[in-house]
Amino acid sequence: MEKKTYTISVYSENNVGLLNRISAIFLKRHINLESFSTSESEIPNVFRFVIVINITPDKVHKIVQQIEKQIDVIKAYYHTDEETIFQENALYKVKSSFLFEERQIQNIIKASHATIVTVSPEFFVIEKTGFREETEQLRKDLSPFGLLQFVRSGRISVTKAKMGISEILNTFKNNN
Amino acid sequence: MKNHKNKKNQKSPNDSITISGAEAVVRCLLAEDANLVYGYPGGAIMPIYDELYKYKDQLHHVLTRHEQGATHAAQGFARTSGKVGVALATSGPGATNLVTGIADAQIDSTPMVCITGQVASHLLGSDAFQETDIIGISTPVTKWNYQITKASEIPEIMAKAFYIARSGRPGPVLIDITKDAQFEMFDFNYVKCRGIRSYWPNPPLNTNHLEEALKLINEAKKPFIVWGQGVILGQAEQEFKAFVEKSGIPAAWTILGLSALPTDHPLNRGMVGMHGNYAPNLLTNECDLLIAIGMRFDDRVTGDLNTYAKQAKVLHLEVNKNVKADVALITNCKISLKALTKRISKNTFSKWLKRFDALDVIENEKVIKGDLFPIKQGITMGESIAMINKYTKGDAVIVTDVGQHQMVACRYAKFNQSKSNVTSGGLGTMGFALPAAIGAKMGAPAREVVAVIGDGGYQMTIQELGTIFQQQVAVKIVILNNDFLGMVRQWQQLFFDKRYASTEMTNPDFVTIAKGYHIEAERVEKREDLDQAVGRMIASEKPFFLEICVEKENNVFPMIPSGASVSDIRLE
Repeated sequence: MEKKTYTISVYSENNVGLLNRISAIFLKRHINLESFSTSESEIPNVFRFVIVINITPDKVHKIVQQIEKQIDVIKAYYHTDEETIFQENALYKVKSSFLFEERQIQNIIKASHATIVTVSPEFFVIEKTGFREETEQLRKDLSPFGLLQFVRSGRISVTKAKMGISEILNTFKNNN
Repeated sequence: MKNHKNKKNQKSPNDSITISGAEAVVRCLLAEDANLVYGYPGGAIMPIYDELYKYKDQLHHVLTRHEQGATHAAQGFARTSGKVGVALATSGPGATNLVTGIADAQIDSTPMVCITGQVASHLLGSDAFQETDIIGISTPVTKWNYQITKASEIPEIMAKAFYIARSGRPGPVLIDITKDAQFEMFDFNYVKCRGIRSYWPNPPLNTNHLEEALKLINEAKKPFIVWGQGVILGQAEQEFKAFVEKSGIPAAWTILGLSALPTDHPLNRGMVGMHGNYAPNLLTNECDLLIAIGMRFDDRVTGDLNTYAKQAKVLHLEVNKNVKADVALITNCKISLKALTKRISKNTFSKWLKRFDALDVIENEKVIKGDLFPIKQGITMGESIAMINKYTKGDAVIVTDVGQHQMVACRYAKFNQSKSNVTSGGLGTMGFALPAAIGAKMGAPAREVVAVIGDGGYQMTIQELGTIFQQQVAVKIVILNNDFLGMVRQWQQLFFDKRYASTEMTNPDFVTIAKGYHIEAERVEKREDLDQAVGRMIASEKPFFLEICVEKENNVFPMIPSGASVSDIRLE
């Protein structure tokens, strides 16, 4: 079976140690993650992990089953790129002198629809949100000017389909 | 075994009063009906042991000789009693010594709660004396774990621990409690856990899938059941028997499913898997419907998955794992079996059953005869088990370790009732049997408990003879001694050109060792002495040790070589 990029979305309680449990599932199967991010979700006190992996369909199914088995996981899903809206975020730190001496930089920033987050006498910071290729292109364009620092976040994504976590939690509330 | 009867009324566990975290732990145990625990004291768990001393009339603590022994004893207790086993240990090495037993309980779905002491919370992460990250270490092998740093967390977390350990697919839970939390005073009030919003242990029966399952059963001409421990864990033995008898479908067991249906039931067609019976293994690849009940298609059961039951439709009760099911009924099999039995019509498959009979004749001729009625000089493991059957009549709990003796015992031991087979299946933990037998006997004190162990595994936890002596646990210990790590030797013979690398054992005088622990002990070297020795052992009301010197280089057959198809089962 052919490998594909999947986005795994995990809704969970915010408990110490769950991150360890989830990463152990990947470790056990010798799978490397493409990206990983976590934040609070739309529901108070419910957290959401977004994990990206490149893997075969049968394996992603099994992994999601294993994740869902964890006591503190409310529900886990997996989706292909077509089924999600996703973005990554990148920050680029550049020497301030370039901004004034190299007109080219201003053109690059404009063309890439990046924004300048902060400017100080020593450095300035550019921010770009978009697909991997876009943040990567900007990195390539800026690198001749000597990037002081570059960092890219893990993928964040929402799904086109509904996930129904509130319904699951309400069912539990009504039954207990 | 004394004083572990529940005398709950002396101190009610539900009063809201100010007590220490350590006392709260003991009261939580009593509230969960855990009045028998196994463990080993040490610095970081001393406050809890101090409370155990005060509560010793209500809660019996068994001091094992190693923390691993405490976990296996708790497992044995859980397997025969159906209750949650409890093991206690201190921090650091005490906690790490629990890991093998926890991993064993996880893979074999045994309900167990382990409580470990931890260094004081202000020392966490400082490499303090006997500090170890047992939460990190135990995460991959526990169903759930939690570190308590405040006494006020104890009641809720303990309630959750027991709920998680025993519900759904049971498993081990580890609770790590810092020493300051054990000393801390707080207002204690215990409320049992009734549910966790992120955890659904009892999914309901899907009625559409039930209809599809019925269709599969009704259309099948050569259906075949393979059942596992899910039948026992789900307390579904009656429902399972009713289903088998009404449907008339031949059924075979995985090693952990053994004893859920009496051995001599006409539709019980033996064991599947690597050293299982000839007929059920071969006919897995001939049936047209494979009904898997409370089992997970472990690799030792299926062999090569690409050639496993490819011709058959698969109906999977309880889970849907490893082998893709055409229909899966994901609910406790007690519920699904009852629903199925109600709707199916009574049936028999005489022609199909004759296929099993015919293959049984071949296995009997080529394997069983030689095992049970040997003409060669040396005692076989098979005849030793048959001799135990003769005296226990199938009513005993048989506890086995891991290796040749385990396969032989499971193949030949007779069982009349459920929860009678205690063995380390998934993890294959040598050293399991001796401590597990202690727990098994305490979990079913009225029953005969016979531990059958190889000379290798026995020496991995031999120190638990001390526990047996101190507690006077009336277990019967049978060592099938071939002076070899027999199963590995068998593989070396078959697959490594008889290069017996480190499998030969120079053994001590086991009888003298047992006697050193004041346990009555005998050795049998000749066939003519076997009958009476086993008779004396079973007749004894005290712990009894029997060493049977068996033929050194016998092999266990049938055998499906590792990674081969079930169709490639070898008889010699």
